Amino acid sequence: MSALAFDLAVDRGAFVLRACETLPLAGITAVMGASGSGKSTLLRALAGLEPAARGRVQLGGTLLQDAAAGVCLPPHRRGIGYVFQDARLFAHRGVAGNLRYGLARARPGAAAPNFDDVVAALDLGPLLGRRVAGLSGGERQRVAIARALLANPRLLLLDEPLSALDAQRRAELLPYIRQLPGRFGIPLIYVSHAVEEVAQLAGEVLILAAGRVTARGEVHAVLQRPEAAAVSGRFEAGALLDATLVGQLPEYALTELDLAGQRLVLPHIDAAPGTRLRLHVRARDVALALHRVDAISIRNQLEGRVLRIDAEAAGAHAEVLLDLAAPGAAPTHLRARITREAAAALGLAAGQPVWALVKGVSFDRRETG
Amino acid sequence: MSDLDLGPVWLTLRLAGITVALLLLIGTPLAWWLAHTRTRVKPLIEALTALPLVLPPTVIGFYLLVLFAPAGVLGEPWLRLTGQTLTFSFSGLVLASMVYSLPFVVQPLQGAFEAVGRGPLEAAATLGAGRLDAFFTVASPLALRGYVTAGVLGFAHTLGEFGVVLMVGGNIPGRTRVLSIAIYEQVETLNFAQAHLLSAGLLLFSFVVLVLVYALNRRFPVHAA
Repeated sequence: MSALAFDLAVDRGAFVLRACETLPLAGITAVMGASGSGKSTLLRALAGLEPAARGRVQLGGTLLQDAAAGVCLPPHRRGIGYVFQDARLFAHRGVAGNLRYGLARARPGAAAPNFDDVVAALDLGPLLGRRVAGLSGGERQRVAIARALLANPRLLLLDEPLSALDAQRRAELLPYIRQLPGRFGIPLIYVSHAVEEVAQLAGEVLILAAGRVTARGEVHAVLQRPEAAAVSGRFEAGALLDATLVGQLPEYALTELDLAGQRLVLPHIDAAPGTRLRLHVRARDVALALHRVDAISIRNQLEGRVLRIDAEAAGAHAEVLLDLAAPGAAPTHLRARITREAAAALGLAAGQPVWALVKGVSFDRRETG
Repeated sequence: MSDLDLGPVWLTLRLAGITVALLLLIGTPLAWWLAHTRTRVKPLIEALTALPLVLPPTVIGFYLLVLFAPAGVLGEPWLRLTGQTLTFSFSGLVLASMVYSLPFVVQPLQGAFEAVGRGPLEAAATLGAGRLDAFFTVASPLALRGYVTAGVLGFAHTLGEFGVVLMVGGNIPGRTRVLSIAIYEQVETLNFAQAHLLSAGLLLFSFVVLVLVYALNRRFPVHAA
């Protein structure tokens, strides 16, 4: 497994980026941060597109930039692919022409992605004869990703490729992106400010704020941290949970899952029993009760224990961290955002058993095991 | 009327053709540099490039004449190298036309390159295209309309040149007697019929060329990045 090591400084007067990290390159690494935190600048600096970038970049055994060694490879010799937020397809070429532009300049290498494979992986067959101008936002990004892959990069950077799309298109594109590292053996760095996307794609996460790395680590752990909440806003903060599909309820078009030994029911998911799913449950979609509530439309009620209550100093809300796992088992964290008044009225305290009423879940399919 | 001399027509077309070809050759890198530079002297260079737009042709012609004179800064080495004077020669006319028509070629090109922007070039670079590769395969095709506009405006503007030619080239048949000079002479000698023919020809030609340009522009709209 290769690694990307960088120690970069970009000074633009009012904004300064300073980042020094070594990222193991496997699968998808996410870079999260609010607007203006330096995500794009970092990516551009890695790709050699930022003339003001100073420092050192090493990809695997290749030194890409090092002032001390007098090395600064231009972007076209770095072997780093880039998918821009605005796709940047070439308007004077059709879809096939754009793809061939990458292919014709592919980095030599035995493992270069095959044209037909890439077209198949991104479902571009029906689009090959089309002009760029008529494509939808989602189609443009699929073409841009395919074009970048065909240049056979050693590392592919994606700069908020879904940010211009609506929620449904985003959800449609995520599975395409997720399969890329496994299918083509190219690691991805994915920039986003959307927790849901990161939760569904990434293994490792890096969080940037005001030009600095404030948190880094495995996705479950990092998304629980306050730095992640600061990126997405409290409203979107939540928990990631790993569940297993156990069966279908065709009569109601529902699917049954097992989550830490408890039963969870979701609208029909087309997958076989045993399929592992990653769930993202937003804190605002979780209500708490002291007892199981039967006369209520919310059917997903999970038993847990209160671990911690983080009350806002001045605001109305409190965030309750729960553990859903049986005592002694590995913890399964869930977050609930309730009002401070509710927490006081229920007399919530650490260690107390509660029921979590889950109103909404978004999920992501994972390989079995 | 029967002995209409078409010599000035061919000479003019040759002058305009050569001038535009040379201007596109040197105007492209200049326009590219102006479109992408961040240097502080950019306004200075832009003003210099635009000067021929505002100066009276006689002023340009006068200073070119000073430069081209056999003892002048340009004329002297030219005479030594070629054995011919720059003044009152076709070569001198080409050089003078290049100065005179420079802004008409550089400005549309610069505008087109600026419209293409850095975005597509950065995309090309991350796909493995070097700077020259990206220029020829991405920037130039996207700026095609700029090239067409630059070529046509430069050509048409050189066709209509009068004052500079008169100052630098005079009126030598076959060498410097271009269309506008020939028309002027016909009018001076009261040959209105001949003047009409040449003038109407130039008018029609210019109109047809412009119609072609606008029609082409409709078919090949500026490419949004």
